[in-house]
Amino acid sequence: MSVGPLPIAPYRRLWLYGVVAGVLFFLVAPIFIVIPISFSDSEFLEFPPRGFSFRWYAAYFNDPQWMAATRVSLIAASLTVLFATPLGTAAAYAIHRAQSRWVRSLHVLMLLPQMVPLILIGIGLFYVYIQLGLVNSMLGIVLAHTLLATPFVVVTVLAGLQSFDMTQEKVARSLGASWPVAFFTVTLPQIRLSVVSGGFFAFITSLDEVVIGLFVAGGDNTVLTRRMFLSLRDQIEPTIAAISSLLIVITLAALIAVALFARKAD
Amino acid sequence: MHDMTACQRGHTLNRQELAADERREKRQILGLSLPAAAIILILLVIPVGWLFALSFVSNGEIGLANYARMVEYSAYLSIFSTTILVSLFVTLLCIVLGYPVAYLLGQLPPRLATIGLAFVIVPFWTSILVRTYAWLVILQRQGIVNDALIGIGLIDEPLRLAHNLTGTIIGMTHVMLPFLVLPLYATVRNIDGDLMRAANNMGASPARAFRDVFLPLSMPGLIAGSLLVFILCLGFYVTPQILGGGRVIMVSMKIQQNVQTYFDWGAGSALGVVLLLIVFAIFYLVHRLAGLDRIFAR
Repeated sequence: MSVGPLPIAPYRRLWLYGVVAGVLFFLVAPIFIVIPISFSDSEFLEFPPRGFSFRWYAAYFNDPQWMAATRVSLIAASLTVLFATPLGTAAAYAIHRAQSRWVRSLHVLMLLPQMVPLILIGIGLFYVYIQLGLVNSMLGIVLAHTLLATPFVVVTVLAGLQSFDMTQEKVARSLGASWPVAFFTVTLPQIRLSVVSGGFFAFITSLDEVVIGLFVAGGDNTVLTRRMFLSLRDQIEPTIAAISSLLIVITLAALIAVALFARKAD
Repeated sequence: MHDMTACQRGHTLNRQELAADERREKRQILGLSLPAAAIILILLVIPVGWLFALSFVSNGEIGLANYARMVEYSAYLSIFSTTILVSLFVTLLCIVLGYPVAYLLGQLPPRLATIGLAFVIVPFWTSILVRTYAWLVILQRQGIVNDALIGIGLIDEPLRLAHNLTGTIIGMTHVMLPFLVLPLYATVRNIDGDLMRAANNMGASPARAFRDVFLPLSMPGLIAGSLLVFILCLGFYVTPQILGGGRVIMVSMKIQQNVQTYFDWGAGSALGVVLLLIVFAIFYLVHRLAGLDRIFAR
């Protein structure tokens, strides 16, 4: 099988290259407009900004409320990684290994958090958390984020397992290792990069989550995105450009790490 | 003779033991999925089931009042029609913009395709809130688009691009585009290029080869991607709320309002149940037409 250019002279498809370049520009443009604006010295959101300053970063870092929200978000995201990564890895291993009629239903169950509209998950959790007294609690936030992040870990680790040669595990078993020993000493070290990638995805998922946070992450445990959302409705202050830029940098760093892992795994 | 029987008996015993071991191990391995399954059951299936029950309660009485209201009041009908029309339009825009991208990237050499794909994946993982904010900045009265249009003399007065339907559609299309491109690209990448060359050799024009060979082969990816976009649009909250400026009311916004402003769980739940039924019906359609796996091919 060969994928490759058709026997069409490149100049005859210039329009296609043009259209695709335009769409790709549309996709990334917003990201590269927010970052310059975050360094503006003016209160107006001009592009290109007339002067350079760090005042919006200073405004962000000197505001106790923004800092508190950032702390809550970072703690929630870290705890979500600690919960979702083992949970998702174990589930992926089960789906990959078990030859059972339950596997298909299990797979669909794992995809449910990405199928059910977020607004519905949000009000459902809100209702249940009111009964359990978990509204605006860190535990409640982490559980909700774990629910959303686990499927990403499952998908990522499953991909890792699919490119792993399971006969290696069988060899370890035939030499007397029990399955947990075989998993931890043979399989896990070789799929560790996809596990770590899953962890990165879990972190970003938690950090960026908005809708559920609007219902269950207020009060002392207001997450960053909730504060951003609420201040966006009133005004579009450049402080948000600074925070947005930082979020973009974190996302980019995580994606680059994942890409490097993927290359290393090959 | 005696030895043989003992040996055979040993064999059977051994086989039984092995079979028991295997069953035990199967159970253990399946059990590994229990924690994740429990989280999803407790935090998603049970709460949503609860909402389903709540949707039949209105003012302390059990009945269909919450659903009846949806049919009787024109406000609800217009919310549903807005949601469906906006979602359809955004899906269409995503197909028009996304198909050429997946088509071209699928034919580029791997290295170039990876670079192109990065332009799709980076926005995909960038916070929806950040991207929506960016569009608010770009589309505002003194934003880049208006400045540029006035600068080249196309318009005299700034256009209203944000806080209305236009802004909502631009922002939603931007957020949704990767959801169409990624599954479509996964399908297109596996189309055998020789088929197109064969069509070409047999005298088909490039346009004809595209229409009769490439397009049908890409259909499963296109169906999966566009139905996924449509479903996500139906339940979209953040972007329409911020870029719509209150002029575009989607079902999700009405659900939020019912619950958080009026504390009317019944009305909010009923809307949610209808939304969920539509979403599941479409997922079933994808499952029959293209296979669920394609949707989650990232």
